[in-house]
Amino acid sequence: MITLELFLNAVVAGLMLGGFYAAVALGLSITFGQLDIVNIAHPTFVILGSFVAYILNQNFGIDPVLIGVVFMPVFYLIGTTLYRVYYVSFERTGQESLSGLAFFFGLMFIIEVVLILTFGVDYRLVNAAYIGKTLHIGFLDMPFRMLVPAIAATIMTGAVVLYMTKTFMGKAIMAVSQDRLALQLMGADPIKVKRIALGIAIATASLAGALLIIIQPVEPSVGRLYIGRIFAIVVLGGMGSISGTFVAAILIGVVESFIATFYGPSWAPAVGFGILLLTLAIRPQGIFGRA
Amino acid sequence: MKIDKFWLSVLVILIAGFAFTKLADNEFYFFTTYVVLQGLIMAVAWNILGGFTGYVNFGSAGFFAVGVYTTVALNKAFGLPLPVLLLAAGVICGLLGLAAGYLTLRLKGVYFAIATLATALVLETIVNNWKFVGGAAGTYVLQPKGSFIFDNYIELLFMLMLVLAVAATAISRYLSSSRIGQGLAAIRDDEVAAECMGVPTLRLKLISTTAMGALMGIAGAPFPFFVTFVDPVSAFALVIAVNAIAMPMIGGTAVWYGPVIGALLLGAIQETATVTISSELNLLIVGVMLVLFITLAPKGIVGLIQDYKKKKGANNG
Repeated sequence: MITLELFLNAVVAGLMLGGFYAAVALGLSITFGQLDIVNIAHPTFVILGSFVAYILNQNFGIDPVLIGVVFMPVFYLIGTTLYRVYYVSFERTGQESLSGLAFFFGLMFIIEVVLILTFGVDYRLVNAAYIGKTLHIGFLDMPFRMLVPAIAATIMTGAVVLYMTKTFMGKAIMAVSQDRLALQLMGADPIKVKRIALGIAIATASLAGALLIIIQPVEPSVGRLYIGRIFAIVVLGGMGSISGTFVAAILIGVVESFIATFYGPSWAPAVGFGILLLTLAIRPQGIFGRA
Repeated sequence: MKIDKFWLSVLVILIAGFAFTKLADNEFYFFTTYVVLQGLIMAVAWNILGGFTGYVNFGSAGFFAVGVYTTVALNKAFGLPLPVLLLAAGVICGLLGLAAGYLTLRLKGVYFAIATLATALVLETIVNNWKFVGGAAGTYVLQPKGSFIFDNYIELLFMLMLVLAVAATAISRYLSSSRIGQGLAAIRDDEVAAECMGVPTLRLKLISTTAMGALMGIAGAPFPFFVTFVDPVSAFALVIAVNAIAMPMIGGTAVWYGPVIGALLLGAIQETATVTISSELNLLIVGVMLVLFITLAPKGIVGLIQDYKKKKGANNG
């Protein structure tokens, strides 16, 4: 029996979940959408962010959101270094599509195994005063472990949108995959632009990882579930449109929340992948993309 | 008539394999070689699509697991004999491969790769929710009684895997050296140009995806009897998909013997590392070797040897 109360709670839970998904998909939207770099290792960097938050939270009791923000520069450097390797090995020789894909696949595997070797396959979690508390508005229940990540993710997405539309470098990133030559004529080095963009993309994984471990306990292979989900979001959002990505993330979050509420949580993972397959088969340019 | 060198070595390998089951008395050897041979079939199958036509399949573990669960389901429901189970897994996974082949009509390059990965994960969710085959908790599978002319069941499985591995290699060799192989290579180099020159691209792609799917399913079919306990985590293990890509990439994807070299080398290293160091470390070795070869030697070991020979020839001439 579907009551209005249950229905509205599922919507609100989906909105919060979707907001968080936006944080995970944001980095991929930049790499896959803007740079044509198929970074399937992105969710693994998110898990890396979760483990950084776990270590510092358990040892020093620092707030996970704060850790996520503070470690962004470190992740930024990982991203720029990664681009150097990628550029020298694949992009310069024109083999980026398939060899590059296999490269990120291998990278994902390496990070995952190193995490397993270091931390084992146990689920890890963080502690903060607000985790476990719930905000009640009327009959709506909003657990803070969902609400805080959703708000933080929305702020991060907003900040990236502002950067992309207001600054010269942001506009250059938006332009780099469209017209390299025109970009060079504007006095911007495409390689430098792409390096900074990949840096920003990986930096978002730092905060996204911290948010993930607030929502749920994390073990090294959790990231795999996010591959289909975030690719679905990015493709659905129209490849590289960041506001489109945000809307698509909310959409997937709400659909998953409904499936979990009315059919059981074990079916929820199939939602992202199912939507991805349908999108790819029917409308590969996404809902918000141009044909 | 001159006897083909390839078929002569096939005969030698099969006889040696059979002698091995009669001579070796430590079961450990059969377990180890089974795993290596399973990897070899998967690598050869992956290469029929990935190496010959350039479509990257990240969902190898999905095909493998469908083969595994075909055995689990049919064995539990009807108790069918192993050859029938192999055939069933081959047919079902062949059809799955056929479907993947039609997918290539709309999805090129990276989109195809992501779609295969997504398919594998959808299948895993379905199996996780399928109570009849044990769901997420897994299920025990009893080995059938009687082991034909062998002393025990593991020897039978080893010999079966050897025959399958040889057959897979022969199929891959046939596909690459016939006109089909030339057409597949044309698709890899430029699909649109191939289409314009009158290469029946769709039919060739369907042949290679179906062959790939069927071989991967058959590789998975005996797995339940080998491990006797199956759960989605082991059947859909990421390492299966990674190995299926890493072995051809390390050996060399352009020729049929590339994945065989890669599988034997990587398989031997992995099994040695598992015994002497730890099973987690052997996963790390695969990942690191894959990344190293892709960045430093994209043509694999076969490519390295060819380059070396060319250099030597240039020096002499």
